[in-house]
Amino acid sequence: MELFTNQILAGISTGAIYACLALAVVMIYQAIDHLNFAQGEMAMFSTFISWQLMQWGLPYWVAFVLTIAFSFAGGIAIERVLFKPLAKAPILTNVAGFIALYSIINSSAGLIWDFTIKQYPTPFGSAPFLGSQLISTHQAGMIGVTLLLLLALYFFFQYTRVGLAMRAAASLPESARLVGINTSWMIALGWGMAAAIGAIAGILIAPVVFLEPNMMLGTLIYGFAAAVLGGLTSPFGAVVGGFLVGIFENLAGTYIPYAGNELKLPIALALIVSILVVKPAGLFGRHIVKRV
Amino acid sequence: MTALLNVKDLRAYYGQVQALHGLSFSLNEGSLTTLLGANGAGKTTTLRAICNMVRSTGSIEFEGAALTSRSTEGIVRLGIAHVPQGRGTFTNMTVEENLQLGAITRKDHAGIVSDMERMYAHFPVLKQRYTQQAGTLSGGEQQMLAVARALMLRPRLMLLDEPSFGLAPLVVRDLFGILGKINREDKVSILVVEQNAQLALELADQAYVIETGRIVMSGAAKDIANNEDVRKSYLGY
Repeated sequence: MELFTNQILAGISTGAIYACLALAVVMIYQAIDHLNFAQGEMAMFSTFISWQLMQWGLPYWVAFVLTIAFSFAGGIAIERVLFKPLAKAPILTNVAGFIALYSIINSSAGLIWDFTIKQYPTPFGSAPFLGSQLISTHQAGMIGVTLLLLLALYFFFQYTRVGLAMRAAASLPESARLVGINTSWMIALGWGMAAAIGAIAGILIAPVVFLEPNMMLGTLIYGFAAAVLGGLTSPFGAVVGGFLVGIFENLAGTYIPYAGNELKLPIALALIVSILVVKPAGLFGRHIVKRV
Repeated sequence: MTALLNVKDLRAYYGQVQALHGLSFSLNEGSLTTLLGANGAGKTTTLRAICNMVRSTGSIEFEGAALTSRSTEGIVRLGIAHVPQGRGTFTNMTVEENLQLGAITRKDHAGIVSDMERMYAHFPVLKQRYTQQAGTLSGGEQQMLAVARALMLRPRLMLLDEPSFGLAPLVVRDLFGILGKINREDKVSILVVEQNAQLALELADQAYVIETGRIVMSGAAKDIANNEDVRKSYLGY
């Protein structure tokens, strides 16, 4: 029983990271209707920035805040330079854009910081959380930071003017322009926020997977799975999807014989596919129905 | 009277297809003008061209400011509210959020709150439903919400694209009554595009008739209503 609780809690803590990435993916999907394949690489690059800042002697939280700000600006810059011109281009052109972005960021990180694995610190420590063997303080920190972030985002979208304008621009761009919203900047803002959220995910997962240019590959696949499972149209669904995927993954790795670490990814994904067969729009997604 | 909106030689294109062929008209400050015409005549295109939502050439001036080089949202910020065909309701948001979105470019919090109350006075049904998802409203209620949302901008000019579309006759009467009231009391100039010519001519003081992308007739609404050609083509008697 203790093993079971332990696996659930471990699942929730990695699930928190998947939830963040899924949320970032959904924010961009809502804004431009494309999956950002480079979301993980953007997060990885941000994490390297924070590592570099710490190497230069800045304290953890200072580096953290600066990195978030840098990522926010970087996300906006990527949208302005690369994806704004592609806004009316066909899907495949956009896909090519994302793949280009993926390899540009991946290679630049390798060029600047090389491909050796680096230790990444945690501000929470790795002692048992509250004296319990079930979960470490870093895992508890991951869950805590994610929940705070989700709460902040909820208030932002529900109770601020900019949040309302962003929701309007994502759901009906033409109507949003007709009430005077600059939808183009709302999309850029969405990219900035997605990049910042991704940076938080990268920084939190780095102590677990270690820092290197390919660190987000596995995480991003889980993040995509989470977003699709929850429904790409629902931020709330993305978060729930993230936690579910984290829990599936851990339980599959522990309880299915021979699965272990090698097979837990395919098993978790197979489970997700079987859910999608029954509910193609995801658990919380909506089919877009248009009146004709 | 000074012209609030001046449109000259407007031509609009959908890809290679030309939809407007040199259209000119003007609106007076405080007027309620209707644009009549059959399906495909170019009524909707005219409204979309004013808000720069379709590629066009020619000149459009609003209070002396050229609109053709501005973005849609920039034009809205000058005080032109456009209620599009199909209403453009944010269906997955509440009635109240829809009204807040109408005022999203305004900074005067107290004014927004008092305008919200005024909208609930104009359209009591919206007050009963303010926490409800806008998509669950009936067609008539959604049209009222769309008009209320446009008014939240405190526009100088309101463009309405077929407000009567799909509504029961009684609801249309109601809505047009409110539009007249808004025009008189709130001093909002209105340009309304309608298929329901009879009702539109009763409401409006100025009218233009548009055929295949050109203005073919213009004048006071009551004169247009008495014109034999118009009666035969649009009023059916």
